Amino acid sequence: MADFYKNILERWQNISTHRFFWPVFFAAGLAFSIVASAFDILDLYLQLILIYVGINIILTVSLNLVNGYMGEFSIGHAGFMAIGAYTASLLTVNVFPAGALNYLFPLAIIAGGVAASVIGLIVAIPSFKTRGDYLAIVTLAFGMIVKSGLENIEVIGGPRGFLGMSKLTTLPWVFFWTVLSVWIIRNLVYSKFGRGVLSIREDEIASDLMSVNTRQVKIIAFVVSSFFAGVAGGLFAHALQFINPRMFDIIKSTDILIMVYLGGIASIAGSIIGAVIYTILLEILRPLGIWRMVLMPLMLVLLMIYRPRGIMGMREARFFVPLRDLLAAKLWKQKNKEAPDASA
Amino acid sequence: MPLLEMKNITHRFEGLCAVANFNFQLTQGELVGIIGPNGAGKTTVFNLITGVYRATEGSIFFNGDELVGKTPHQITKMGVARTFQNIRLFKELTVLDNVRTAYFGEATYSPLEALLHMGRYRREETKITERALELLSVFQLDNAASELAKNLPYGLQRKLEIARALATNPQLLLLDEPAAGMNPNEIKQLMDFIGWIRKTFRLTIILIEHQMRLVMGICERLVVLDFGATIAQGLPAEIKSNPKVLEAYLGEEAAK
Amino acid sequence: MTYILQQILNALQLGSIYALIALGYTMVYGILTMINFAHGDLFMVGAFFCFLIAVYLQLPFLPTLMLTMFGVACLGVLIERMAYKPLRAAPRVSAIITALGVGLFLENFTLALSPYPKNIPPLLADKTWMIGSVTISSLQIIIIALSVSLMLILDFIVQRTKAGMAMRAISWDKTIVPLMGVPVNKIISLTFAIGTGLGGAAGMMYGLAYPVIDPYMGIMVGWKAFISAVVGGIGNVRGAMIGGFILGTVEILVAAFFPSTYRDFVAFTLLLILLIFRPYGILGRPSPQKV
Ligand SMILES: Nc1ncnc2c1ncn2[C@@H]1O[C@H](COP(=O)(O)OP(=O)(O)OP(=O)(O)O)[C@@H](O)[C@H]1O
Ligand SMILES: [Mg+2]
Repeated sequence: MADFYKNILERWQNISTHRFFWPVFFAAGLAFSIVASAFDILDLYLQLILIYVGINIILTVSLNLVNGYMGEFSIGHAGFMAIGAYTASLLTVNVFPAGALNYLFPLAIIAGGVAASVIGLIVAIPSFKTRGDYLAIVTLAFGMIVKSGLENIEVIGGPRGFLGMSKLTTLPWVFFWTVLSVWIIRNLVYSKFGRGVLSIREDEIASDLMSVNTRQVKIIAFVVSSFFAGVAGGLFAHALQFINPRMFDIIKSTDILIMVYLGGIASIAGSIIGAVIYTILLEILRPLGIWRMVLMPLMLVLLMIYRPRGIMGMREARFFVPLRDLLAAKLWKQKNKEAPDASA
Repeated sequence: MPLLEMKNITHRFEGLCAVANFNFQLTQGELVGIIGPNGAGKTTVFNLITGVYRATEGSIFFNGDELVGKTPHQITKMGVARTFQNIRLFKELTVLDNVRTAYFGEATYSPLEALLHMGRYRREETKITERALELLSVFQLDNAASELAKNLPYGLQRKLEIARALATNPQLLLLDEPAAGMNPNEIKQLMDFIGWIRKTFRLTIILIEHQMRLVMGICERLVVLDFGATIAQGLPAEIKSNPKVLEAYLGEEAAK
Repeated sequence: MTYILQQILNALQLGSIYALIALGYTMVYGILTMINFAHGDLFMVGAFFCFLIAVYLQLPFLPTLMLTMFGVACLGVLIERMAYKPLRAAPRVSAIITALGVGLFLENFTLALSPYPKNIPPLLADKTWMIGSVTISSLQIIIIALSVSLMLILDFIVQRTKAGMAMRAISWDKTIVPLMGVPVNKIISLTFAIGTGLGGAAGMMYGLAYPVIDPYMGIMVGWKAFISAVVGGIGNVRGAMIGGFILGTVEILVAAFFPSTYRDFVAFTLLLILLIFRPYGILGRPSPQKV
């Protein structure tokens, strides 16, 4: 029996690390989501939950880059989400011609991401001058500023919020953006910048002394992270078709933090698991009413005590690891066997 | 032109003068030792050269370029690498990634190329990975390449730290108490090893050490610090019989 | 002129409440380098304890205060023992996340038990005096006087007593001090007890000054008090007091000159700017990094 499972596991590992795995997975998923939403294979409620799962995955993976991989502590992710949400919504409602919205929607999402990342850059530059909990404090204040700033801009509805968006966020689009953000962040992690990010978490001074431009690396990570928070915000706004500043307050940021640390720091698989479990559990426990909100934090505390690094905690599913990294050591050993005195 | 020249370097930590008026020259290819009792300011000298601290006064030239005011990664890129007194590996990263991290300055691909894993990323990463493994095999660490650094035995961690430093392709290598915690037998091996990397990688080396055996055995020249001041410089044989040095060390011994 | 005097009084009242809460953040940070994000919610629990005592036990003011502080302090120590202590050796963020979890738990648990906002009955016969044309209420005076005396007592404890010395020693050095016979666990519990007790007192006073209390009231006030602690220099007891009064003053001033909805926006922006120029706060110092 154990052999049977081992066999399947090995099969899966072989398949999942195949060169064509990602493209095929992407195409198949996209095709399925298009079919599913076009022919009502999944009922609307299920589709909506899947949309939220996708958005939460984007938020979690992107925050994990800063909080998990880099080991900093940002609590302002919802603020970047808000910037993306408002930017994209303003574009689709007030700027883009209504007839072409379906085609211009990706542009609105990208604009939301860009706006968020520009603000991210402005936040990052002073924040990374000093170490410690400084980023936590700055992002905390930043989140508050965004929320109360939005509440004071009357043209976008102030505290009452902003509406008029069409339901442009569909399952295929969410799938597309989710895979894209996972792929890009995974690419960043497995590059010299990603190693820079990790080495900063491990030992910033040693990292700098090993030629890593720590300031540059931190800023890149933070900007990429806020870009995808903005993307998620844009998708969120066009799924709900209504936004107000309170949706992006500190409680929302805390939600994202919980998904990151639930799934596990410094792990893409963990981020996905965290986002999926959290989103679905909240739905399943809905009948409990308010007690669900009592139960969830309790579970989080227990998880932290018994598994402080989250479910996946610094481990990665193999199919997120590029082949080069996965096989480097193995190939090296093979090469050395062929030419035994290569190292002499 | 000397490879490294430190002129009137003084460094103070809020009143405490850790290094006072330090003058030092190093020619290409030398192996020089810095010795001195605990708290003499030896590590501080390394921190000043590598840009961890900015010297309060004085200037440091490397190949004629001023180092004071530069950031550590700039200085590393110019060809200065170091190890640490209390090992500072990236503990949760693999042995291979510890070394590959140090190729950061050498890889030229841009953030965008990294985000999309484009051609130049792939070419350079393949090269970096291969070179890292080659370097590890020179240190006989290649079999542990996918091990986490924190799981290596102490001796190998020290070795890995040197390998990681060499990955930055330095001209000048600064070793901070590499023999700390080793037994005489291991020290003997380490001496040979340092001599060997020096030849193989054509390095100039500064070595901080408490183990007299090691210092006297391989250093061509010694600098003795005490309370931040340079109390002697010269050949190992001269230093051995220098009354000031004896006093500094005996004084410390007597205090214990 | 009278207007300004009036505002100064209001600023002192708000500032002293922020300062009391900020002390809890700063004391815990000093001793554990941990941001106790549940602290704002302990402040809220303080307000609810006060409500329960005032309604069901109908005690007078001082016993209510004592009981509230004692109750919140016990809760604080309990949380420390059960949730934070097991995580002392874990990565630092695990403790922060746990604190966020504890905070959410307190909020939602309170909400589950008390779905509607509550009104704290007046515990003091509220008198108001007119000096010139400045209105002074007895409540205002009591809040300010009480907060200041609590702070003076705390300052005395931290600066002059043996326990206070131990606290300062632990926050100064976390590796050697425990080896010198300082009972670290006891001191940490004491720190939590004092810090959260003060937070509870702040909750009660806030509830008396602005009588409608709800389970989420601790979030905003808590974060603001945290920012005050940072502005003063986190880890520094006197800094927290100064930071609290600064934030109170800024908020009242902003509300006096701008539409009141701008209050948070301007306050946080100013604080952010201050932090850019003084990253370690007013009395804080960078901790030396040895290489
Ligand atoms: N970051 C710092 N802040 C304050 N004082 C420091 C700092 N770094 C070092 N010092 C002090 O400077 C002096 C010199 O320290 P340094 O580490 O250079 O000594 P060392 O010669 O390397 O000693 P050892 O043999 O123990 O390693 C010591 O008194 C030390 O306490
Ligand atoms: Mg030293």
